[in-house]
Amino acid sequence: MSELVLVSGEDEMILNMGPQHPSTHGVIRFIVHTDGEIISRAEPDVGYLHRAIEHIAEKCTYEGFMPYTDRVDYVCAMTANHVWASAVEKLAALPVPPRAHHLRVISDELNRISSHCIALGAMAMDLGAITPFPYALREREYVNDLLEELCGARLTYNYHRIGGVGWDMTDAWRDKALRFLDHFVPVIDEFDRLITMNEIFVKRLANLAVIGGEEAIAYGLVGPNLRAAGVAFDLRADMPYATYGDILPKIGWQTPVGSGRMGQTGDAWDRFWLRVEEWRWSVKILREALDQIQATPRGEFLIAPKRLRPKGDAMARVEAARGDMSCYVIGDGAPNAYRARFRTGSFNAMGLVREKSRGLMVADLVALIASLDIVAPEIDR
Amino acid sequence: MKAKEIFERVAARAGHEAVFALDEAAQAEPGGQTAPEKAKAAEAARDASFHARPADLMAVMGALRDDPELRFDFLQNLTAVDWIKRDAIQVVYHLFSYVYRHEICVRVDLPRATPHVASVVSLWPTANWHEREQFDLLGVVFEGHPDLRRLLMPDDWVGHPMRKDFHEPKSYRGMPTSRPSPLDLLVTYDRAHVAKPTQAASPAPATPPPSTPETPS
Repeated sequence: MSELVLVSGEDEMILNMGPQHPSTHGVIRFIVHTDGEIISRAEPDVGYLHRAIEHIAEKCTYEGFMPYTDRVDYVCAMTANHVWASAVEKLAALPVPPRAHHLRVISDELNRISSHCIALGAMAMDLGAITPFPYALREREYVNDLLEELCGARLTYNYHRIGGVGWDMTDAWRDKALRFLDHFVPVIDEFDRLITMNEIFVKRLANLAVIGGEEAIAYGLVGPNLRAAGVAFDLRADMPYATYGDILPKIGWQTPVGSGRMGQTGDAWDRFWLRVEEWRWSVKILREALDQIQATPRGEFLIAPKRLRPKGDAMARVEAARGDMSCYVIGDGAPNAYRARFRTGSFNAMGLVREKSRGLMVADLVALIASLDIVAPEIDR
Repeated sequence: MKAKEIFERVAARAGHEAVFALDEAAQAEPGGQTAPEKAKAAEAARDASFHARPADLMAVMGALRDDPELRFDFLQNLTAVDWIKRDAIQVVYHLFSYVYRHEICVRVDLPRATPHVASVVSLWPTANWHEREQFDLLGVVFEGHPDLRRLLMPDDWVGHPMRKDFHEPKSYRGMPTSRPSPLDLLVTYDRAHVAKPTQAASPAPATPPPSTPETPS
């Protein structure tokens, strides 16, 4: 956080955006230096949502920290659960039953769908289109209902456990999930017709805030933002974890990458389109996972560790909705972690905002932030 | 590329004294009870890492990024750890290569009193915010950083809160940093509002509550 500086050059005006701004997706502040309508630089000012999650990890036990991981990214909490569980499992060399891996994949992908609903709906709304937001949120409600039935919570799930997951799914739930997928595929097409290919929308986003592949890697962009820049890298396919290694070859996985269909590769429209594509792939992954899980023995979804006192350090990476979420955890033989570190997609993306905002129109800053799918709690943790 | 090859290649380019203590994906202790569990647990390997001498950090990192066989183009994570017992602050760099899909972890030990190390922003721009955060939370000074300010804490905050010997101040700018436990508030409320009428009526008899009979199952 930094103090408001009101000193500027003769031709510069300083605009304060946030921290309580509807388009900043949480509590972030931007100090925008403008020359007329053109931004000369937008300085992000973060820390308003700093809850010291890494410090809390040092204070409570490995198992007891799980509910806090939900708060790392409350729009896509399941993957934060997942990365903490897999980091501790790697650290302590714990076994995980296959059914738990499948349930993790299923819950992750459902959460990815709901997270992209927020990302796409909110982005359209930030640009002034009100209609898409309820369309996207309506679908998100179905996912929330499903996840609520699975784990009892609609936003902060606390579903994954170290050594498995908290609860098993029922056959009725599986049928419900499959029914949702049947309903959701036509909705994606409708969403495409309504928004993605909408001429006004395309003109607004094409060639806007172009981020090239090399720049994206240098600034550490991950996930959909990286793939939209033309780099075909997805942790699910390239460094498979859980059961993605079994699922992805079966569904003919091809990592979707931005191709500059409406403008240049890596523009804001590519980033929007890529998330719509990820919806389609998530549906395919879910269908295959819901099929494969039938072969695993019912009820074997958790091997709870007896005495968790690991030593050493481990790094785990999981493909969250906002890209590679990494957790680095160090144990020193105590029941709590000596140090834990969460490295999230939005944190890296924010480092790029200052560079990319130069030369944008003031109204396009919102489009840039929304197209990077920045979620404030992920930055501050 | 295997960790050993990476290590040797870096040593050849940056000098053999610059890097040391290679840890090749050490096996974790088996945590399972039964034989198959133990076998499965043994598969889980730790990340390979090596140490670098602080003075040679830029040479080591430059070799890791620019060597045509290594090409670590992604600084995946940068963090610091306060090892208070051995009076050191360790900066940990996790590197990943999109070209060759290999990864390595580099550690640098710094004295706790003067944790100064070269900034790697010139190699990976993403290090900018990572280094600012570690400066903020652990007080590591990254020399050559273009804009080394606090990131998450307020600018006038004193101390670095992720250090193991940090004590939270009682207040910040007149605002208390802690609040009374809600349970304590409940007790005070009870005393003020509930306890009074019962006291006025008659003191409660000090008999233990009747034990509930065991229900047959």
